Amino acid sequence: MTTHHTLSAERLGLGYGDRTVIEALDLDIPPGRVTAIVGANACGKSTLLRSMSRLLAPRTGRVVLDGKEVHRMPARQLARTLGLLPQSPVAPEGIVVGDLVGRGRHPHQGMFSRWSAEDDAAVAAALEATATTALADRSVDELSGGQRQRVWIAMALAQHTDILLLDEPTTFLDASHQVEVLDLLTDLNQARGTTVVMVLHDLNLAARYADHILALADGRLHAAGPPAEVLTEETVRTAFGLDSRIIEDPVSGRPLMLPIGRHHVRPLQDASADRPVAAREAGR
Amino acid sequence: MSAEILAPPPSVGDVARGRVRRALRRRTVAAVLALLVAGTFLAYLMVGDTCYPVDDVLRVVVGEQVPGASFTVGRLRLPRAVLAVAAGFSFGLAGATFQTMLRNPLASPDVIGISSGASAAAALAIVTLSLDETQVSVLAVVAALAVALLVYVLAFKDGVVGTRLILIGIGISAMLDSVISYVLSQAAEWDLQEASRWLTGSLNNAAWRETVPVLVALAVLGPVLLSRVRHLSAMQLGDDTAAALGVRTERTRVTVIVAAVGLIAFATAAAGPIAFVAFLSGPIAARLVGPGGPVLMPAGLVGALLVLVADFTGQNAFGTRLPVGVVTGVLGAPYLIHLIVRSNRTGGSL
Repeated sequence: MTTHHTLSAERLGLGYGDRTVIEALDLDIPPGRVTAIVGANACGKSTLLRSMSRLLAPRTGRVVLDGKEVHRMPARQLARTLGLLPQSPVAPEGIVVGDLVGRGRHPHQGMFSRWSAEDDAAVAAALEATATTALADRSVDELSGGQRQRVWIAMALAQHTDILLLDEPTTFLDASHQVEVLDLLTDLNQARGTTVVMVLHDLNLAARYADHILALADGRLHAAGPPAEVLTEETVRTAFGLDSRIIEDPVSGRPLMLPIGRHHVRPLQDASADRPVAAREAGR
Repeated sequence: MSAEILAPPPSVGDVARGRVRRALRRRTVAAVLALLVAGTFLAYLMVGDTCYPVDDVLRVVVGEQVPGASFTVGRLRLPRAVLAVAAGFSFGLAGATFQTMLRNPLASPDVIGISSGASAAAALAIVTLSLDETQVSVLAVVAALAVALLVYVLAFKDGVVGTRLILIGIGISAMLDSVISYVLSQAAEWDLQEASRWLTGSLNNAAWRETVPVLVALAVLGPVLLSRVRHLSAMQLGDDTAAALGVRTERTRVTVIVAAVGLIAFATAAAGPIAFVAFLSGPIAARLVGPGGPVLMPAGLVGALLVLVADFTGQNAFGTRLPVGVVTGVLGAPYLIHLIVRSNRTGGSL
């Protein structure tokens, strides 16, 4: 149902003022899949996402969508193919959920064109997909954090783009709401074939939900590929400067990262030490 | 949550009906406001020291000669009423534009110094330099744009934060008000009428030569702003969100600021910075049409109605004739205090 678009970066260099954030980055976003961008704070994850949605002009190189340079495409045309949910969008005071979601229809409407039946259908479908139909007439101010994030995603869905970029869609959400949002995005990917690209802080959620992981370190692409290949102890050390152990997630079978800090680490770290300790404790 | 479980879940049709209902409310409010403006306009022309019947007034408006009424209504009241509507609409529209774009009800041009800039320039041009109406308007526009630029530049530090812009604007506004006082105190023909016009706004000097430039500016710049309503609605969600929705945010911002500042400047050059009209109209309109929706058109109508009613009241309700700005000032000041008290209570910073 969705036409697959190719999105890639070629020798992309990004920065603000004197500061260079990303240098000579090459990457391809796999079409129709869920991609997670991971990396330490301030490593350029959000900057990369902003540039891919033309919010930030590249210093060198280019971002290419279906063979065309993103920064040379007409704004509205791009907005019909590629949507972005920024990290902290602002809800106008008192706005009703249905109206907020309706603003996602902007790129499909002309300067004076009337609201169409297609717009209504898109808003209704977006509300339905995010299970927010019941909230349609409620004020956004009254909603909980999880509901609000679902409403913002509904706005991005109403935009009806084949590619959806999300900047940390799970921040400020508790564990159950994080999973709820990621499940929702997975549904969307599976039902519509929407290409999802999201910046995620939580490596384990990235490993759980992404088909493809891009690990950034120091403004460069350190590793790219499926979670099982990318999420290694070496990647975690390079990208986050953190020692860790990677085990198989008993729930999903995907990799699970266990950080090793300075405290609460057993002196013996090889796997064989686990069983005797557990047995000793069980025997008490 | 319990309400969601008890009530039957709304259907797709309900969602569309909700939108239609809100759109209908906006249209109804705009229609009622337009009727009120028209009604007040007519009453304004009819009532005064001498009262004229409706048909006399209408005959004057369409250009017939009516003894007595042709002078009183046609030469005195009509240009004044038209200026009240045009200036009020300009202030309301421009004020709501600023408040929407900067996402803060305090960020209206009369609070952040733009009206004072236009007023200071116009006072200087008329009282000290004795320029003609066109020159006065041009100087007011240049000064208002310069003040807008100055406030923006001073408030700029890794982007513009609303609070900083507002505080700097209030400071600049105070400085410009003292410039106006100085200009007035130096003028040879210093009189109370001039002082009230440039300090709080007054329609006492209204004649066609003052009114026409305001009408022309509104006819040109009004549509520019009203055609950007949807862009502004998207920009209310933050610049990044708006850009992702296909809005060219920088271009829209520059267009909208220049058009809104132009409206303020032309209206101020003719009527002075009529106190609080730009500041009040947007929030009143938002209260009427429901929160979150676009308010530019209704805000313009509210502005026109405010100035008409305030001037009508100032002219007829008291023993002495009060300038329109004194009346709107009495309305606006309590609301300003209310806003500041409320933002203190909710822990917000302005």
